[in-house]
Amino acid sequence: MHETMVAQSLLATITTEAKKQKARPILAKISCGMLNDVNEEILSFAMEAITKGTRCEGVKIEVEHKPIRGKCNKCKKEFAFEVASPVCPECGSNDFNLLPDEPLVLEEIEFERE
Amino acid sequence: MYKVNIGRKILSANEEYANENKRFLIENKKLCLNMISSPGSGKTTILTRTIKELKDKIQIGVIEGDIQTDLDAQRIKATKAPAIQINTKGACHLSAAQIHKALANLPIEKLDLIFIENVGNLVCPSAFELGENGKVVVLSVPEGDDKPVKYPAIFAKSKALLINKIDLLNPSRDIDFDIEKVKNDARKLNKDIQIFSLSAKSGEGMDKWYDWLIKGIEKTRNS
Repeated sequence: MHETMVAQSLLATITTEAKKQKARPILAKISCGMLNDVNEEILSFAMEAITKGTRCEGVKIEVEHKPIRGKCNKCKKEFAFEVASPVCPECGSNDFNLLPDEPLVLEEIEFERE
Repeated sequence: MYKVNIGRKILSANEEYANENKRFLIENKKLCLNMISSPGSGKTTILTRTIKELKDKIQIGVIEGDIQTDLDAQRIKATKAPAIQINTKGACHLSAAQIHKALANLPIEKLDLIFIENVGNLVCPSAFELGENGKVVVLSVPEGDDKPVKYPAIFAKSKALLINKIDLLNPSRDIDFDIEKVKNDARKLNKDIQIFSLSAKSGEGMDKWYDWLIKGIEKTRNS
């Protein structure tokens, strides 16, 4: 539901960059941790709605969700945590810590020259 | 077509306000807890009971977040505690800028503890840092015992979990709620989470929650 706020924040950054580049933004790539609850479809819909009539109209959104990382306290290995099977895949231990979730980041924008 | 690397946090505007709120709380040595849950889990009832039962020991202020109405702020004010209502007018979470403004309007010097009662929603509020010292997630018995697995973010990020309405776990009511499953699932996501099983209606289990709050206040005061 908060994708609209994310979209507004995103649009501000893309607009600033588009003005700087004097180019038309085509695609914005975003990454975030799994615990960020940002849905690509809803975010794309929100972007479509708020970019209408702006220089960013038509920009596509791609969201890459990074897995939640865990660190095993037994074998010390880092691993991708699965909510469905919460054990270390290396040694099967359930003694581990979850690492902080990756923040929501605008990684790159693809532009087309005007 | 060409690519430009950006590498910038999207919610940085919220984060700047959150950092400012954090600084303000550290300077004033105040404990601030962000309460998050589904609608109807009993957040306001927990708060009103906590305020009344601790009134001789500590002073509590509340920032209330709701989409519409000031019903919750009225319930808090009826206990004589200061309360500020924020209406998000449709937004599904509180943002750090709103908290920044509310903190400035609370009589901060008189308070020991500030609760933020977030908009009833188990998803979005977990993504917005407000500058608080910690999040407290409330899960009530009627919601079911599968919530930590279905909504992992808030359980992974909270300092404490309150399992509320345990008065309903009376065998005569025949409610399917495996409290041990909830505790185990929450601890798998968050080894350090403090878990309190309580009923804000009957008062059962509230004492351990109060002890934890008072320890937290003392720790903040001496930091």
